[in-house]
Amino acid sequence: MTDMLLEIKNLKTHFHTDGGIVKAVDGVDLEIPRGGILGVVGESGSGKSVTGLSVMGLLGSRRARNAGGQILFKGRDLLTFNDRQLQKLRGSEIGMVFQGALSGLDPSFSVGSQLMEVIRRHQKVNATQARKIAMESLELVAMPDPERKIRSLPHELSGGQRQRVLIAMALSCNPELLIADEPTTALDATVQKQIVDLLVDINRARGTAILMVTHDFGVVARMCRTVAVMRYGKVVEKGTVQEVLENPQHPYTQALMNAVPRLHLTAAERAVPRPERRLFELTKNLPATPVQREEAYAPL
Amino acid sequence: MIKLLAKRSSSAILVLLGVTIIVFFLVQLVPGDPARAILGNGATDQAVQSLRQQLGLNDPLVAQYMHYLGGLLTGDLGNSVNLGKPVADVIVPRLGNTLILTVAALVISVGLGVPLGLIAARYQYSIFDRLAMALSLAGASLPVYWAALAAIAVFSLALNWFPTGGMYNARMPGGTPDLLNHLILPATIAALVPLAVIARLTRSVVIDTLNQDYIRVLRASGVSEKSILWKHAGRNVLPPVVGIVGLQVGYLLGGVIFVEVVFHWPGLGQQLYTSITAHDLPIIQAGILFIALMFVVINLLTDLAVAFLDPRGEVAS
Repeated sequence: MTDMLLEIKNLKTHFHTDGGIVKAVDGVDLEIPRGGILGVVGESGSGKSVTGLSVMGLLGSRRARNAGGQILFKGRDLLTFNDRQLQKLRGSEIGMVFQGALSGLDPSFSVGSQLMEVIRRHQKVNATQARKIAMESLELVAMPDPERKIRSLPHELSGGQRQRVLIAMALSCNPELLIADEPTTALDATVQKQIVDLLVDINRARGTAILMVTHDFGVVARMCRTVAVMRYGKVVEKGTVQEVLENPQHPYTQALMNAVPRLHLTAAERAVPRPERRLFELTKNLPATPVQREEAYAPL
Repeated sequence: MIKLLAKRSSSAILVLLGVTIIVFFLVQLVPGDPARAILGNGATDQAVQSLRQQLGLNDPLVAQYMHYLGGLLTGDLGNSVNLGKPVADVIVPRLGNTLILTVAALVISVGLGVPLGLIAARYQYSIFDRLAMALSLAGASLPVYWAALAAIAVFSLALNWFPTGGMYNARMPGGTPDLLNHLILPATIAALVPLAVIARLTRSVVIDTLNQDYIRVLRASGVSEKSILWKHAGRNVLPPVVGIVGLQVGYLLGGVIFVEVVFHWPGLGQQLYTSITAHDLPIIQAGILFIALMFVVINLLTDLAVAFLDPRGEVAS
């Protein structure tokens, strides 16, 4: 037995649709050590989110089928768990944060009431103690003015604050693993950075391992130690962040990294709109005045 | 909330004013001379003319309308042409009977429709779901008068479980149990369409809610399915479901007219039916006005309830 917290072995999750079988996840191997952070990157439809949902047993749809493999969490295969066991596991041992923070909280109940429901579901505490734990989790995620926010309804909070509440909720019972499925997607750039920094802080302070599903290499570079690149339900490249980002081996990884918009461009690069920039890469050493460029493109 | 109340009430009053205008002029379009209807075919033209004068039927229409409106505001609905009684004395007890039938039908349609929709949504695509939805589609498509006749044929004539009509046993009225015995069949028939509509709409609202992001978050937090369905989904479907039910009450008020006629239920609908055949204009006007009034009031209450139930305290206007 290794000291891995989570080991996904040859996982296959298929969806049986009217148009045939969709192999959303098709033989994926991933592992996260205790306290580690693994980034899973890939484009939409690469199977990265379905991998996260498979671990949680949250595929929900009648069409989803497990077609093989193992998900070993602390040595136990989660695929053999029944609904009741999974329900107990979710929120207490594995927490999950989704994208779409704006609609992630029940609009009819206060922040505190939702936090306390989750806390009391997993811990034998009375209402006063649950409230205290809820306050502590809000403080953990650096929520401004938690005393007042705990009584707020979700629509009274900003998007970043709502995501903080959702992270607090996922962490309130001190899980060993946090699955973060594009937690920064719907947020402003500055708030995105705050949330990423927050997750890193939590990882350092509490040793919570994180499975970070994202399509953003910037996020991966900022917080992850290891990274796996997924495409068409398979892992195409895996390694430490340094190895993969500095020297991507697989052509898909290279293409994916080329697709990242860059902030610092040369004057010549900036003159070209983004869709044409890759084309421009090919002609980089050619003169860049408009007329000359037109000539340079002509043979292409 | 108070601002909303003021806004909605003032628009409700405008709608009612519009209804009085439409009701008044609509009745003018009905063929036949009320004066002649009262006096019978053998009456002389002179007698008809003098009665027209007496009833104010020779005044200009606008003057007649103002007179009618003035009467309404002072609570004077005029006199029934055929029954020789003030309209209010005829209408009010009938209105009470209609309300008994409507409320009973509403209890049945909400009491069955909402749970049916919830369970169908929870077990979407199950046998129960498909069966309930197929039946409710059939229920919503049946003409009420046909269903009423079929129900009488089966449950009253063949099985002899319920009386064929009326509100009390004419020979020995038996109080509330007797009333209930007469009520079940017409109330169930009147409830059929609203029940079906409520069940179907509740199902789609619940399914929509269960697909929301926050439901997924609750599931991912290990919250039990029971709490998700009854507490979280239940609370969030309340405003739209109340809205749906409110609309169905309006539909019910229209639908009970058929039911009352088929079951001889002494309500407003049956009275309207007989008064229309008898050209009893004041009763027709008052009856339609009362139905419109109830409709407007129920819509107003529904709007306020939905606004009150919305956690954001806003209304989509």
